[in-house]
Amino acid sequence: MSKVLLDMKNVRVSFFTPAGEVKAVNDISFQLKEGDVLGIVGESGSGKSVTAYSIMGLLATGGRVVGGTIDFNGHRINEMTEKELRKIRGNEVSIIFQDPMTSLNPVYTIGNQICEVIIQHTDKTRKEAMERAEELLSLVGINEPKKRLKQYPHELSGGMRQRVMIAIALACEPKLLIADEPTTALDVTIQAQILELMNDLKEKIGMSIIMITHDLGVVASMCQKIVVMYAGKIVEYGSVDDIFYNPQHEYTKGLLRSIPKLDDKEHKKLVPIEGSPVDMLNPPAGCPFAPRCESCMKICLREMPEYTAISDDHYSACWLLQKKEFEGGSGKNE
Amino acid sequence: MAQYLVKRVLLAIVTIWLVATLTFSLMHLVPGGPFLAEKSPSAATLQALEEKYGLDKPVIVQYKNYIVNLIQGDMGESIKQRGRTVSDLIFTGFKVSARVGGIAILVAVSIGIPLGCIAALNRGKWLDNVIVLISTCGVAVPGFVVGTVLMIIFSVKLNLLPTYGLSSWKHYIMPVMSLAFYPTAYISRLMRSSMLEVMGQDYMRTARSKGLPQWKMLFKHALRNAVLPVITYLGPLLAYTLTGSFVVEKIFTIPGLGNAFISSITGRDYTMIMGTTIFLASLVILMNLIVDIAYKVIDPRIKLK
Amino acid sequence: MEKKNKLSLQLDVSDFLPADESEKQSLVVMRESVSFWRDGVRRFKKNKIAMTSLIVIIFIMFFAFVMPGIYPYSYEQQIRGSENLAPMEYSEKELALIEAGEDVFPHILGTDSLGRDTMVRLMYGSRISLLVGIVASVLVLIIGSLYGTIAGYFGGRVDMIMMRIVDIIYTVPDILIIILLMVTLKYPLQSLAANVPGFAWIDTIGVGLICIFIVFSLLYWVGMARIVRSQILTVKEMEYVTAAKALGSSHPKIIRKHLLPNVMGTLIVTTTLQIPSAMFTESFLSFIGIGVSAPMPSLGSMTALAIDGVYSYPYRLLAPALMISLIIFSFNLLGDGLRDAFDPKLKD
Repeated sequence: MSKVLLDMKNVRVSFFTPAGEVKAVNDISFQLKEGDVLGIVGESGSGKSVTAYSIMGLLATGGRVVGGTIDFNGHRINEMTEKELRKIRGNEVSIIFQDPMTSLNPVYTIGNQICEVIIQHTDKTRKEAMERAEELLSLVGINEPKKRLKQYPHELSGGMRQRVMIAIALACEPKLLIADEPTTALDVTIQAQILELMNDLKEKIGMSIIMITHDLGVVASMCQKIVVMYAGKIVEYGSVDDIFYNPQHEYTKGLLRSIPKLDDKEHKKLVPIEGSPVDMLNPPAGCPFAPRCESCMKICLREMPEYTAISDDHYSACWLLQKKEFEGGSGKNE
Repeated sequence: MAQYLVKRVLLAIVTIWLVATLTFSLMHLVPGGPFLAEKSPSAATLQALEEKYGLDKPVIVQYKNYIVNLIQGDMGESIKQRGRTVSDLIFTGFKVSARVGGIAILVAVSIGIPLGCIAALNRGKWLDNVIVLISTCGVAVPGFVVGTVLMIIFSVKLNLLPTYGLSSWKHYIMPVMSLAFYPTAYISRLMRSSMLEVMGQDYMRTARSKGLPQWKMLFKHALRNAVLPVITYLGPLLAYTLTGSFVVEKIFTIPGLGNAFISSITGRDYTMIMGTTIFLASLVILMNLIVDIAYKVIDPRIKLK
Repeated sequence: MEKKNKLSLQLDVSDFLPADESEKQSLVVMRESVSFWRDGVRRFKKNKIAMTSLIVIIFIMFFAFVMPGIYPYSYEQQIRGSENLAPMEYSEKELALIEAGEDVFPHILGTDSLGRDTMVRLMYGSRISLLVGIVASVLVLIIGSLYGTIAGYFGGRVDMIMMRIVDIIYTVPDILIIILLMVTLKYPLQSLAANVPGFAWIDTIGVGLICIFIVFSLLYWVGMARIVRSQILTVKEMEYVTAAKALGSSHPKIIRKHLLPNVMGTLIVTTTLQIPSAMFTESFLSFIGIGVSAPMPSLGSMTALAIDGVYSYPYRLLAPALMISLIIFSFNLLGDGLRDAFDPKLKD
């Protein structure tokens, strides 16, 4: 059993806006082991990015970790000062953002932006950093790296820029790479290339990855464990097989129904999840998914369900599971 | 780049030519020649004078001569100040105006930019509110108001600073302050809003995720992007300084180009009006060109086509 | 993850009955949808600074347009013996009249060297400033938006030629041309008013003012034209316009329903912000002595006159200087408030 790299316990993140407190992440817990790839799945606004940013202390102004603990590689992240965090960011944990078009500073060359992070975290001279940058560019599959180093972001395509972002993220060989929807803004063919590249590099460098996405295909191809989030809460957690072949939560089931299957011979219709996500400023008292849930029960509207373990590594928070247990429990007279 | 330069220079030349033509035709549309104001010269003197300045020839010939001379850098002789060429008068006046205006621009930029940054970095705190309040007031006060109020305070009431001329550094304080007041306020507003915008950009988040220290994020990543709007303002700023110099030179009796221009207009000094207009217009057009090129150097995204 | 198998709650079988649709819907809080205009007006009303400046502007307008009509003095009236009075001071003649039991209205802000009441001149000066600002901005709005709309909507070659012209006018330093035009237009306009019947109205408005309006409409519209054109171009390429076209909407309908509402906010904001800039220029021209012609006062020319007597009567500078600053200040804040409320691009 490999070492636990990241341990999130009852983490709560809130944004304090003029309109009130928004509980973007509400009491979530999960662990990530060294070398593992964890997928965080959910729709926009479900708190997946906020979860990731809290690991790096990168929350936007107004956002704060208000409860729980985040332990990463022996550091208690949520208690570190900005100065201590700086030593970790880009060094032990790094991140790739969703939109490569805007994530690079338009007025500096690629080389400059890669070197920057190397010089920040190592004792390398500018020249050595440049050599390393060139090495990194060929590692992420960019041809003519020497020439590219001198180019500006606007001279590269979206896929190229995302490769550059990956190069920046990998520059100091981090223990954990957070990929925040790394392929959403890219063409489909490029998406596959970038994912393949990340898989390769993971093997080469031996890092862990947190993959944030709303694309279940991405998750299936890369991850060992999956966290399904809805309205700031984890509704289901399990291995890829658990989630894909034995989904327990109605939301997870809905997600799976809404993606096409290639091997589906009956040409079943895709089923969208009706309705829209809850207003995070006024979250409902019960299960946040209840208003959109087909099997919604009276209790769902009143109370938030507890987690139920399906197997050792598979949990879900749904009243239907509780119901089964309730009925089973009374039947078995336990 | 070369193609762009050629195109811009050509456009500039066309614009200057248009200004010259417009000035020339306006000056010749005015009823009442330049010598009318003088104590009713005799017909013979008038004719001699008109001959001397070529005003007796057909307008089209006068125009041709004017343009040809202009290309050679000769703008003729002043009609009111006999014996002095227009170029000479412009040069003398410009030396004075450029010094005052140049210092004012420097002051405006070197105070306005830091002020805007400080405000943006302290967004919503009292320091930001104070700077925003001052700069909002600043862009509402015309230069002549600043000049006269300064004059009342420092010369009339406190008797600290001299009110006219430019013979010592003390003489510069009030003219420079009145010239720099508005642009300082304007630049700090501009800088604040562009800094706020830049700080919300994705690449700033990237910079933060690299673990860069605060000063590096600010000076390397934010400033260079945020300063771009200020650079585009430099062209209009120069134009503003010119306008301002008319007022400031009037208030503080400074023998600069602004003063010379106003008195040539009230005195209907044809050659001087045309010369000054063309000179100032060319200056502004040229500066705008330089600013555009400087923009390219700082922002690689701008493709000069 | 914590495992909680035991139920901590007391549960009832009825809790596990399916919930009906109405129960589910009661949980979905829908935000009230509001139209762009209502939303903008609501936001504007909430903005205390902008509302205050609007009230100040209404107050100044009352002061400038209504007050002179009921004020006992007029702007060109020279009261003999009442020259150079300090605020609230009476001349000997007036004191004698008061002794005799007559009502003499006080000179609230004193009089100038010609015995003219400063207060009423301040009202007229503000009237000129407001007039210039508003009329010039409306002219700029009409010319600029027409020009910009034509260039933007037709595009192609028309657009290119039209925008080259704008480029050229843009690079010319406007203040120089304004001064030149002001000087050269004055005489033709004066002779037009004096000699051609039907043009006498020029004199009633004042040659100086007409000149200012002409030069403003000749030169200041370029900025507006650029803004309108770029707005039209962006909106034109927006997908909802393409969608509207694809759905078979007619041209006028597209313009009315999609282009106008989007451009409208920008137009209002730019026009409001144009007002103080026109006032700036007018006061500047009057200050250097080529703006509004005497005896009509302008805040700029009043300041210029006051400079001559700055050592003896420094207070005379304050009233016009503060007035012009206050007017421009209020319009700037109003414009900022309108921008925050109506510019859809800044909407969160």
